[in-house]
Amino acid sequence: MLANYGYIGLFLVVAVLFAVSTLLLPLFLRFIHIIPHKPNPIKNSTYECGMETVGKTWVQFNFRYYFYALLFVLFDVVVIFLYPWSVTLRQLANPAFIEMFIFIFIIAVGYIYAWRKKVLEWK
Amino acid sequence: MVGFNPDHGLFSYGLGALPPDWPGNYWLHWGLFVIIIIVFVLAMVMAFIYFERRGLGRLQVRLGPNRVGPFGILQPVADAIKILLKEDIVPAKGDKLVHWWAPVVAFAPALMIFAVIPFENGALLADLNIGILYIVAVSSVSVVGVFMAAWSCNNKFSLIGAMRTVAQIVSYEIPLGFSIIGVALIAGSLSMNEIVTSQNIPFILLQPLGFLIYFISACAEMNRTPFDLMEAESEIVDGYHIEYSGMKFAMFYLAEYVEALAISAIITTLFLSGWKGPLLPPFLWFLIKVVLIFFAIVWVRGTIPRIRVDQLMAFAWKCLLPLALINLFITGIEVIVLPQPLPWLIVFLNLAIMAILVLLWSKFFKLGGGRVEV
Repeated sequence: MLANYGYIGLFLVVAVLFAVSTLLLPLFLRFIHIIPHKPNPIKNSTYECGMETVGKTWVQFNFRYYFYALLFVLFDVVVIFLYPWSVTLRQLANPAFIEMFIFIFIIAVGYIYAWRKKVLEWK
Repeated sequence: MVGFNPDHGLFSYGLGALPPDWPGNYWLHWGLFVIIIIVFVLAMVMAFIYFERRGLGRLQVRLGPNRVGPFGILQPVADAIKILLKEDIVPAKGDKLVHWWAPVVAFAPALMIFAVIPFENGALLADLNIGILYIVAVSSVSVVGVFMAAWSCNNKFSLIGAMRTVAQIVSYEIPLGFSIIGVALIAGSLSMNEIVTSQNIPFILLQPLGFLIYFISACAEMNRTPFDLMEAESEIVDGYHIEYSGMKFAMFYLAEYVEALAISAIITTLFLSGWKGPLLPPFLWFLIKVVLIFFAIVWVRGTIPRIRVDQLMAFAWKCLLPLALINLFITGIEVIVLPQPLPWLIVFLNLAIMAILVLLWSKFFKLGGGRVEV
């Protein structure tokens, strides 16, 4: 099995190298003057449909999906627990099923509470 | 191809069966499959771009690109050459390092998915026993690249697009994960190859609701048109790749189609019994199913208009997630109560359950007009 992860790691190297070399190709072509390179202040300015951009962009953003992120973490943890459970459910049968039902029920209570509290509305 | 044996297949030649700890064989297997994956992905992406542009043209009662080569077949090639020769513009106020690396981070994970896709029986790069978990993990890395791109541009449109993307992917990740568990329950394994071999009946019949949820969430994950709020041309002018040009833009474009291809391949493997099929060689079956799923994706794109942000979020959290949970428990009960290879009759039961649940939930939701209020 470890050998298989070796394949994955080596493939990651190939994937990154493929992407990087594809991005280096235009640099090379620019070096031999096939691709133009004539930057000027107007061209390099921020595109905003012709308007001058006002104020900074990297500001604190209105993080309106704070609660979504919390719920996401909650359910992602559940999903992680569900994967091993799903593979072995046939052998473990009823007890495992009831346990998982109770586990998800507890989380579903929180989910329904969030729903009733109008957290799931995108305002 | 004389005397073709579908049990052995085009690529296998026993390669998948050989012990991988023998060094020479290890590298041979690795090299062969890396080349196969890259050639397969690039060729299919070219084909898909042509197929989508022509198909979308047909769906919208126009011709689509038909000038370059016979029937416009060379259009993707022409696009590639044109985009390669474009000037590379980097916004002066942006973060140049992040701007350069963002396409790599967006593209590499999309390609990584193919490491565990079985093209034929045992013909895959790495037969991980946690294959589908690996896919869920890897495919969600792409959004980091998208966010890097949007943030590094120092552009308000792209930042808005990125914020929407993150919210969207965070929301649709949950039903995606839950719908896969239904498949894992029936197959009793997370290995992609074993999921295919255990499909005597294609899982689309045993898991119709799971398929529907997976298909919709996957469309949202790869930002196809009903869910492409992050690049909504009419409001935020193409979102995250607004400041990209030349080959960097092409990488994002490529990543989008590689993801579409990957999703088609995953759906084929999980729900349409992968390379299995009568008469034709397995690899061809795999290809046919991938193209069919991609056609469905294009069809959805051509039919359904873009939905609003609040509708998008409500759909994920109030419709898909409860349905996925219900589906999970119904599948769990079926797996425990019924004997090992699930009987044919269960197909009709599952289809009926799906129809009832979808109708019930569609009573709650009116996505047509006005605000969604549940």
